Amino acid sequence: MTDLTVSNDTDRKEETRLQPGVSAKVRKPVSDAVSGWLMSLPMAGVLVFFLVLPIIMIVVVSFWGATEFSIYPAFVFDNYEFLLTSPVTYSVFLNTVKYALITWALTLGIGFTIAYFLAFHVRSLTWQIVLFLLCTIPFWTSNIIRMISWIPFLGRNGIANSALISLGVVDEPLDWLLFSDFSVILAFVHLYTLFMVVPIFNTMMRIDRSLIEAAYDAGASGFQTLTNVVLPLTKPGIMIGSIFVITLVMGDFITVRFMSGSQKANVGRLISNDIALLQYPSAAATAVILLITVLIVIATLLRFVDIRKEL
Amino acid sequence: MAKSLDLELAAVTKKYGTTVAVEAISHRFQAGSYSCLLGPSGCGKSSTLRMIAGHEVVSEGDILLGASNVTDLPPARRGTAMMFQSYALFPHLSVIDNVAFSQKMKGVDKSSRLKKARELLELVDMAAFAARLPEQLSGGQQQRVALARALITEPSVLLLDEPLSALDPFLRIKMRLELKRLQRELDISFIHVTHSQDEALALADDIIVMNNGRIEQAGSPRDVFESPATEFVARFIGGHNILESRGAPFALRTDRLQVAKTGAESGDSLAATVRDVEYLGATVNLALETGAGSDLTAALPDGLFFQDPIEIGSTVFLSWKPEDAHHLAG
Repeated sequence: MTDLTVSNDTDRKEETRLQPGVSAKVRKPVSDAVSGWLMSLPMAGVLVFFLVLPIIMIVVVSFWGATEFSIYPAFVFDNYEFLLTSPVTYSVFLNTVKYALITWALTLGIGFTIAYFLAFHVRSLTWQIVLFLLCTIPFWTSNIIRMISWIPFLGRNGIANSALISLGVVDEPLDWLLFSDFSVILAFVHLYTLFMVVPIFNTMMRIDRSLIEAAYDAGASGFQTLTNVVLPLTKPGIMIGSIFVITLVMGDFITVRFMSGSQKANVGRLISNDIALLQYPSAAATAVILLITVLIVIATLLRFVDIRKEL
Repeated sequence: MAKSLDLELAAVTKKYGTTVAVEAISHRFQAGSYSCLLGPSGCGKSSTLRMIAGHEVVSEGDILLGASNVTDLPPARRGTAMMFQSYALFPHLSVIDNVAFSQKMKGVDKSSRLKKARELLELVDMAAFAARLPEQLSGGQQQRVALARALITEPSVLLLDEPLSALDPFLRIKMRLELKRLQRELDISFIHVTHSQDEALALADDIIVMNNGRIEQAGSPRDVFESPATEFVARFIGGHNILESRGAPFALRTDRLQVAKTGAESGDSLAATVRDVEYLGATVNLALETGAGSDLTAALPDGLFFQDPIEIGSTVFLSWKPEDAHHLAG
């Protein structure tokens, strides 16, 4: 009997569930709990190996020591001390948060409008699907290509400037179009608006159309329906989209590097520069601080809305 | 509450492209009456209700409420209110905020709109649930809230779109009594769309039977049940057999069919084979097949049946009194 503990256990559970005198005809060899764990094992394994272990590794390395030409295992706080006392860190983090906030606000405004149009103004499902797919077309090319294609457009002698000059809007080329905060944020908005559109559109499609009619029946104007019914019911989608956009922007380094012509910095670039200089412990410490920052932002967002309702 | 007014449909038509959903129907709904639009799905009853509510554009014709033409007014300015089939309560608002919604839209200040909403909740006996969210309520409770939300606009006509279809049969009968009581107390018109003839017979002062976008028959429940005008009405309202005599169809109530074990086939008597016997408590239904191949039903009182039970497969002879046969148009 001792080697059959698992099935024994199962039997006892079965018996308590059944009426006395009725015995289970089919004996399950493995309990639900055990099979559940077994089934989640492959995914859990992948996550442990490719997510948890690397993060542990980064945390460990962030306490290592480094000189100009070597790194050595240790448990020192030098990296964090340097990071947290340097004014550069704060200005770079501030810049990262600034990019994230402005991009978030713009993608939210644009994304909500697109999703609202698709969900409530396009009546036929066919057109909804066609227009939705149209939104995804930019995703058929890579990030980098989409980013780089802005450069000839926004450059000093680019299409935008020549068009503005020939229209007589400006007399001389605008310098701030490229290699500026403007171009960085423009690229971010271009790259990430769809991440806002998809979850918001998804939530909006689940709103019962009779609610809109009920609001109309109760005398609500279009704008009142938007603010009193559609917006509150779309909150979970807005939150999911916000998490996507904020984490993507805060973790980005390549967009900032290309679109600012290496003139602007965010945390991602700080890390990538450290890595280029083989300063792994310092890069790891910055990464840990960034991870904590992003987690705090997400935790704050989740306090506002229960996104579990969406899943 | 607002004064009840007559509602009149004048040749109201609804077209979707080339299909005609409602074809030039005219009817006067008396002030303070309970009317049921009855018909199978796709007969145009819901479109009619939605046109009265203002959620559907009228293609042709006019809708008059009292002395004013409301055909092109928005829903909230017509003096009607609608209770939706699935109740359409706002899931993010508490019960009391749901009821107060239309007042909030009008810009009524918070304390007076909540006070009014509370009165309405008391009317439907839901004041204890004011702070709950709709998802925390049962179907019947949600319906009461939806009712309160519709009534807060003080409508002269309340429109109900299949209000009982989402409830289980037991609750349906309970809520049906409550709707009728509320209508009597408020003394406003209720127009109720349903596909259930039981519901229509039990509730309505006035039944409007619709088919293919037209009114087949309108009248009191007794008129409609005792003398159905057309074959469609006789079949839809139930409890009738359709027979034919000299090429003209006539309706005969299933409980007016007399069943004898012996007899002879003559002018007013038919031989039939018993195909099935259904015991329904107070009555026993016999499914009968006549020589001509038509199926009839005979509803016998249980006492009569069990005095002399009839076996499945046996042959019986059917007769009826001439005054029970109602001739049908076309």
